[in-house]
Amino acid sequence: MPRSISAAVCIAAITVATPVLAETRTDVTVASPWEIASYDPTVSGSIVMALEIMETLVDADEAGTLRPGLATDWTVSDDGLTWEFTLRDGVSFHDGSAFDAQAAVFALTRAWEQPGILQKSPINGIFEQDGKVVITLETPFTALPSLLTHSTTIIPAPAAFDDKGNPSALIGTGPFKVTKFMPPQSVAMVRFDDYWGEKAKLETATYLAASRAETRALLAESGDADLVFTFDASGYSHLQHVDTITTTAVPIPRAVLMKVNASHPFFEDVRAREALSLATPRAGIAKSITRFPESAATQLFPPALSDWHSADLEPLATDMDAASALLAELGWTPGDDGILTRDGERFEIQLRTFPDRPELPLIATALQDTWRTIGIDLDVSVASYSEIPKGHQDGSLEVGLFARNYGLTPDPIGPVTEDFGAEGGDWGAMGWTNLPVAEAIQVVASTDDPQARAAGIATVTQALHRELPVIPVVWYEHTVSVANGLEGVIIDPLQRSYGLSEMFWAE
Amino acid sequence: MTPFAKAALATLATRGVQAIIVALIVGMVSFAMMQALPGDAAYRIAAGRYGYDMMDAASAEAVRIELGLDQPALVQMWTWLKALAQFDLGTSAVYGTSVAEEIGAQLGYSLLLAAGAVITSLLIALPVGIVTGLRPGGVLDRMTLAVSIFLRAIPAFALGIVLVLVFAVQLKLFPVAGFTEASNLVLPSLTLGLGLAAVSNRVVRDAVAEAMSADWRLFARTKGLSARLTLTRHVLRNASVPVVAYIGVQLAYLIEGVVIVESVFAWPGIGHALVHAIFGRDIAMVQGTALVLGLTYVALNLCIDLACRGIDPRGRAA
Repeated sequence: MPRSISAAVCIAAITVATPVLAETRTDVTVASPWEIASYDPTVSGSIVMALEIMETLVDADEAGTLRPGLATDWTVSDDGLTWEFTLRDGVSFHDGSAFDAQAAVFALTRAWEQPGILQKSPINGIFEQDGKVVITLETPFTALPSLLTHSTTIIPAPAAFDDKGNPSALIGTGPFKVTKFMPPQSVAMVRFDDYWGEKAKLETATYLAASRAETRALLAESGDADLVFTFDASGYSHLQHVDTITTTAVPIPRAVLMKVNASHPFFEDVRAREALSLATPRAGIAKSITRFPESAATQLFPPALSDWHSADLEPLATDMDAASALLAELGWTPGDDGILTRDGERFEIQLRTFPDRPELPLIATALQDTWRTIGIDLDVSVASYSEIPKGHQDGSLEVGLFARNYGLTPDPIGPVTEDFGAEGGDWGAMGWTNLPVAEAIQVVASTDDPQARAAGIATVTQALHRELPVIPVVWYEHTVSVANGLEGVIIDPLQRSYGLSEMFWAE
Repeated sequence: MTPFAKAALATLATRGVQAIIVALIVGMVSFAMMQALPGDAAYRIAAGRYGYDMMDAASAEAVRIELGLDQPALVQMWTWLKALAQFDLGTSAVYGTSVAEEIGAQLGYSLLLAAGAVITSLLIALPVGIVTGLRPGGVLDRMTLAVSIFLRAIPAFALGIVLVLVFAVQLKLFPVAGFTEASNLVLPSLTLGLGLAAVSNRVVRDAVAEAMSADWRLFARTKGLSARLTLTRHVLRNASVPVVAYIGVQLAYLIEGVVIVESVFAWPGIGHALVHAIFGRDIAMVQGTALVLGLTYVALNLCIDLACRGIDPRGRAA
């Protein structure tokens, strides 16, 4: 063993000592945890889009501002029910065939037929008319272009489907085309020279899905991958000391939150939910569990959602004494064992969470520990995440802890409608109905008047902040490592694109 | 028909019956285990298909009806068995692709890795085992015993990471993970191969030591064969029977190791796919993968049996 290592060291030393021609690299390797196991945009669309293989009709920049994609322009009829998307001319797919309205209508109809973002909108028809894509609605819905930025609405070439209409290849219009696809681990790509927009600066790119965080950290450290996404806390702190790479953390619009059953006798009164919020040690959780102290949630919507994040809201605070005082107001008194009781009933509740995101059970036990100090006996149930929507449906859920992404599209109106509309939602309010909020959501979804929209958003965010149907805990940060010398890297908080076409190597 | 062919045929028939029994048991057990997992499979599958953030009670319900998950478990089991009898493994619940095609692609990568691991282990275990077997109790023997215990005790997961740290991160000799070129095969093969060699070098050593002290060896030497000829003609041949048989036993370790090592090295193989299918509750994929692994085990054992019969002439007379 020692001999073989010393031999290896010699070989390595020789390799290093050999003068290497200073040629600028033209390739890049990206690694992330997400496997790409299928040709189907529904399943793998997010990676296919992030790798810039396929594109959507509407694009968005990293601030979430909409910009033309495969559609150059879109207009809505006066009644707000008919949208027309004018398509870009002279766009061809990687196989040389021309992009047209037929291909777009086929892809969008397919996306609309499956559970997903389009099904949650009031669409009632998608068709082609005079070379344009026309989408008709049941009720006005101004966020439609925002939905068409979503990865499930990417447009594959007609040749990317087999005779039965099932996806069978990765052929798109993007600046990179696929040369080799090895599901579920890797994709090799080459620059598409007939791309309609600015062509990629790099010649080739490789994507590698590495599901283990340890493997990704090693890929970053060894230089095998130039751009690596998502590390665990220990891997990330280790990589900060590796001098061949630069690490960054970008806040993303995903939040850890608690969903509280507001129809439960313990939580009917808003003061009870406020007490839970005051007893949530956000700073400690952010510092010790998710390890980004600045990511303690001060309100529900993270700063990355600039329209919905409001600087006017007073940050959610942690104050155990205030929490106890509120519970005392509600008639709870400490029993012999320190657990609060009211009318002979102990303050015993169950919190459901799941281990798919490893930080969730840790946060749950931190809450269990902290809440015991104010006399709440919390039973933590770590099971499948299906227990939360199921408990919502059958009314058995008391408190659920989970993560929710409000940034699937640049405009979070989709999840907001679903979560806080009149009846609440599987991943939103439970037993909590606020008519002004439901009406304001309707206005935000259907108005094209910026002022009415801003007023509606303010109504919604203030009510959620005041009444706490869900209690925000922490926001997420997206961790990335970039090899030194790789320039033009833009980290998109909405995670729509890895930005490969903009990257280049410093000479 | 030669006695060897007769014996081989008998082995083939026994293993064939075994294969059918294995297929039935593996299918039923994996189905029962998937049913016993907590949580609702329809939600899991919906999350796998449409993404965590799109998954809700409505999409789970759609999946439940589409896949017939609302039917009684026995009916679902019977449907799978009926399809299996027609050599149809069904389609992946999450990806909608043919299970047979998926497994076909992944099995190739796993067999490549397994072959790499067995060859690596033989390259290490044979020379080490023979040398230590010729001098049992020597310094080298005791040293390799210590190293073997150490290597067998380390989980494959940890060993893999240590090898990556040394050979990929520090020395930059081999790539960390993935499979784009042949050099990708080295570190995962070495990880598995070291674990295998840790035990098999001791088996080789024991077999050689036993052969060296056997009466027939003394007889061969007495009748005038040189030490070298005795070794190559008699000792190694006799010693190889338990060694080849032991390779069969090691296949179990290999299958278990492949599951973990494939995850660490982002290897596109069947073990990694099995783990994903279990998490995603892709019942058809789990059953198909478990079935193929079970049958591979039977097939490889058959090869080992035949090899042992080939090496050992005693069975042929019977």
